[in-house]
Amino acid sequence: MKAKKNRVHSPWGGFFFVLPSIIAMAVFVYGMIGYTVRESLQNRTNSYTEDVFYVGLTNYIELWQDPEFTHALSNLLKFTAVFMIGCLLSGLIMSLLLEKGIKGEGFFRSTYLYPMAISFIAMGTSWRWLMDSARDADATGLNYILQKVGLGALQSDWYTSEAGSMFAMSLPAIWQMSGYVMALFLAGFRGIPDDLREAARVDGASEFKIYRHILFPQLSPTFLTVLIILGHISMKVFDLIFGIATKSYVTKVLAIYMWQVIFDFQNYAKGAAIAIVILLMIAVAVIPYLIYVNKTEEANK
Amino acid sequence: MSSDIASRVTRKVDVRNKKKLDGKGQFWLVFRYFALTILFVIAALPIYIMVINSVKGITGVTQSAAFIPPTTLDFSAWGPTWEILREPMFRTLFFVVQSSIISAVIGAINGFVFAKWRFRGSTFVFTTFLFGMFIPYQAIMIPLTKFNQWAGIGNTIYVLVFAHVIYGIPICTLIFRNYYAAIPNELIEAARVDGAGMVRIFRTIFLPLSIPGFVVVLIWQFTSAWNDFLFAIFLTGGSPKLSVATTALNFITGSGNQVYYGNNMTASLIVSIPTLLVYLFLGRYFLRGLLSGSLKG
Repeated sequence: MKAKKNRVHSPWGGFFFVLPSIIAMAVFVYGMIGYTVRESLQNRTNSYTEDVFYVGLTNYIELWQDPEFTHALSNLLKFTAVFMIGCLLSGLIMSLLLEKGIKGEGFFRSTYLYPMAISFIAMGTSWRWLMDSARDADATGLNYILQKVGLGALQSDWYTSEAGSMFAMSLPAIWQMSGYVMALFLAGFRGIPDDLREAARVDGASEFKIYRHILFPQLSPTFLTVLIILGHISMKVFDLIFGIATKSYVTKVLAIYMWQVIFDFQNYAKGAAIAIVILLMIAVAVIPYLIYVNKTEEANK
Repeated sequence: MSSDIASRVTRKVDVRNKKKLDGKGQFWLVFRYFALTILFVIAALPIYIMVINSVKGITGVTQSAAFIPPTTLDFSAWGPTWEILREPMFRTLFFVVQSSIISAVIGAINGFVFAKWRFRGSTFVFTTFLFGMFIPYQAIMIPLTKFNQWAGIGNTIYVLVFAHVIYGIPICTLIFRNYYAAIPNELIEAARVDGAGMVRIFRTIFLPLSIPGFVVVLIWQFTSAWNDFLFAIFLTGGSPKLSVATTALNFITGSGNQVYYGNNMTASLIVSIPTLLVYLFLGRYFLRGLLSGSLKG
């Protein structure tokens, strides 16, 4: 009798306990996004604007005509491409080297993952120095190492010149996030039952074929997760670039430009519009992903 | 679920009882160690540079010798750097501890409801929470600054406590939900038959089992709030009265001071020490938090 009574009464009890968080999310996530959208449709382009009114999509149209915005957007897309491919490859390689188990695995795993625990403002100091653009006799950081190992021809301006600046900037990003990708892939590999491998081996499949036809297909949910995580981190990238090159034009991305527009020019309407562009680029990938995760979880119940 | 996925990563794979390696097997083993070592050197290089150049004193750092370890340890750069960083570091500790504890409590309650005390539409609500994890904070920064002024916390360190608690809700809820989902429902059924309500079940059965979950969330929130730069620079507006570890560091290493490598490396190292220590001693829990953030296994 009592158990039944509980079942009748409790369904809404849980709701009341999360209600404060629901309100917080409604106000501070969704409400504030709404506010930013409204701001982006108005004319508050400096801190003195008194007569505030709606201007439709004018701010967005002006963004497309602003060469600095398109420059930052193209930088961001270049960065995203190199960063995602680089992280995916290096994380996958790390996990492939470790997944069968090897003596000292814990040590290697921990060193690959530690960059995730350090702020990029701190690591920026080292990376700024590593990617010093002085060459040949004056070379210090990576350029110096390249000379020493006989690859002097590969010396680079790194992030300081237009050509290849975003390629250089994605190196520290790959350095920081590869360990995370490795951990996700390791979890994926080790979630696959050993029997599958054994069965294929008994059937005489080569190791390469086992990976290609048996293990990798099992990892597709992991691949998807990794892409979403890397993608949304990349779209938002801010402190990593700020910590190394601050507001430098050649490495400017949307988040840096937004910060500059708000703080240096007090152009709230434009800043809001840039923020919404970043949000939309993330939302088109993340919302379908969340719906998919939701569905698979419902199906697994 | 999250605990499963983390233990999968750290699962000990038995490497000893394998059959004896043939020539090809031996080649691959050597190759793997070789590749792992190269990756190790790359991963360790930035922190190595930071450490060795922080013990060369204020004037002993020259860029051309920066890869070479010092012959004698000179900690003279540490004193003055610590003087500058002390106040911001303690301020950071002050707000980070508060925001982590509040976040963990909220996360535990929410996580329990979403895992074991569902209501109609709870899956949908949970999904709307998760979206909050992915948003770029630029999209809420303008109204948030206004709200803080309106609420009267605009010029205090509580702007950061508040921001990290609110925007930490999604990840903390997710970590606890995954953690509680792994606890069998039979425990609840049994307690219910004995007449216990859900609040009591949470307090007397789930909370005592939650210590690892709390450690994961506390570490996660501690690390991300300590390392956060975006909220800090937006919400404190670079005010020296409110400078925290990352903003103070950025001020030290900022564009005008890039030539003082000894000081910069020392300052960067000092700011990284708290999170590095946490990682060193509680890395397993850090890994769990990281994997919980990936939603599924």
